[in-house]
Amino acid sequence: MAQAFVDFERVYLAYDETSGNAVEDITLSIRQGEFIAIVGPSGCGKSTFMKLCTGLRPPTQGTVLVDGRPVAGPLKIVGMAFQAPNLLPWRTTLDNVLLPLEIVEPYKTNFKSSRGEYADRARAILKTVGLQGNEDKFPWQLSGGMQQRASICRALIHQPDLLMLDEPFGALDAFTREELWCVLRDLWQEQRFTVVLVTHDLREAVFLADTVYCMSKRPGRIIARREIDLPRPRDLEVTYEDRFTAIVHELREHIGRVRKT
Amino acid sequence: MATKRRAIDRWAPWMFLGVLLLSWELSVRIFNIDQFVLPSATASFMALYDNFGAIMYNTWPTFWTTMVGFGLGIVVGVALGVVIGSSRFMYNGLYPLLVAFNAIPKAAFVPILVVWFGIGVLPATLTAFLICFFPITVNIAIGLATIEPELEDVLRALGASRAEVLLKVGLPRSMPLFFASLKVAITLAFVGSVVSELAASNSGIGQLMLSAASTMRVPLMFAGLIVISVMATVMYQVFAVLERRMTAWATRGMDAQR
Repeated sequence: MAQAFVDFERVYLAYDETSGNAVEDITLSIRQGEFIAIVGPSGCGKSTFMKLCTGLRPPTQGTVLVDGRPVAGPLKIVGMAFQAPNLLPWRTTLDNVLLPLEIVEPYKTNFKSSRGEYADRARAILKTVGLQGNEDKFPWQLSGGMQQRASICRALIHQPDLLMLDEPFGALDAFTREELWCVLRDLWQEQRFTVVLVTHDLREAVFLADTVYCMSKRPGRIIARREIDLPRPRDLEVTYEDRFTAIVHELREHIGRVRKT
Repeated sequence: MATKRRAIDRWAPWMFLGVLLLSWELSVRIFNIDQFVLPSATASFMALYDNFGAIMYNTWPTFWTTMVGFGLGIVVGVALGVVIGSSRFMYNGLYPLLVAFNAIPKAAFVPILVVWFGIGVLPATLTAFLICFFPITVNIAIGLATIEPELEDVLRALGASRAEVLLKVGLPRSMPLFFASLKVAITLAFVGSVVSELAASNSGIGQLMLSAASTMRVPLMFAGLIVISVMATVMYQVFAVLERRMTAWATRGMDAQR
């Protein structure tokens, strides 16, 4: 088996003594460049999983290895995007995208001297998501979908090895959502970073991911693992094919079962 | 139509000021109120004109003691706000104390300050400071304490230090609140310095009013009130303009949402 990039070994996390475990007995491994999706009912500890993965929270029990090393504190090799775009309203789109470079080494040290070069890089990545011409606009001048695109650009500008997405398309309308699926698919196809996508949209998970994990209600456990063997590159058309629907159905049954219990 | 409306909006404060002055003048004349009780508007402005030299001479100390106290209030207010706003422990521990402190009438401090520092500009400066730092502290603290957790996660996952989160996100997003608090604080600072001058001072508008009172020159006292209120209003406007300049993103953002 190939060397795992992210490796969870019997991981438990309780936020405090009284509330019980948020996640239980999580064991999974993610290959370098793999696109995984985690689906589950709301409040199942999906976001907790993200915190564990990025080192924002240490596990109560078990080990989390990223890139072969135990996670001890925040990792600089991750990029994150959430359901809310969380752009800074006092910064232009371009400056928002540049934010990680002001924080992460080695960019931070020579940020001032290389600003022009970094701005070019930010412009290039904004162009790949179709935001060219909006670099100098402020977030509130952009639509929700455009803000979310910018948020994804911000997550990718420092070329992270691991991209964590927490329901990034949850607040968007159906058309914009499918459009951004394709944007994300193309970015991933091109750069092959490792992605952890947390979502409650099964179609989204199946369309984008290599492997989908289903989580149970809190305390979150992984109750199913499904490899998506649909050929790549995937076109949006694939979501209307029978085999696609069959996989979505299968996952839906897992979720339905945990919701009933 | 729209431009006409805007013109009315612009002139509205002046119209109301005119109405106020006119009704002041008329009521004094109609009811024949004694000058020693309530001087008319014209008498007050005449006193202002006649004693212009003395008033200006005393306006300057009031102005600069207020501004120094206000400056001190900004420095201490922001520092305390940062401390309180960036740590839950500090917030829980210090905030009740600050509230308790703020409940003390600042005029009650003046005699103590006079005992400590003697009669002069120092008690006025310090009273202005004591009265004006609280709103600044509260607003900075609220701005920092309400950073979106996801945003903090984004930055912390990148390895940002607390100081970086504060600098890149916390302080910029507190700016609209900060400028709003400055507008409150500057007017409070004038209250502080004048109250202190009224109690113990050898210069300043407060002192001028006190000496005018001792000789029953009531119109001059009203002239003093007018000067204070003009100073405070001008400074308020300065900070209102500064606010609009510095935090245009906040108000424009609201316009866009509407």
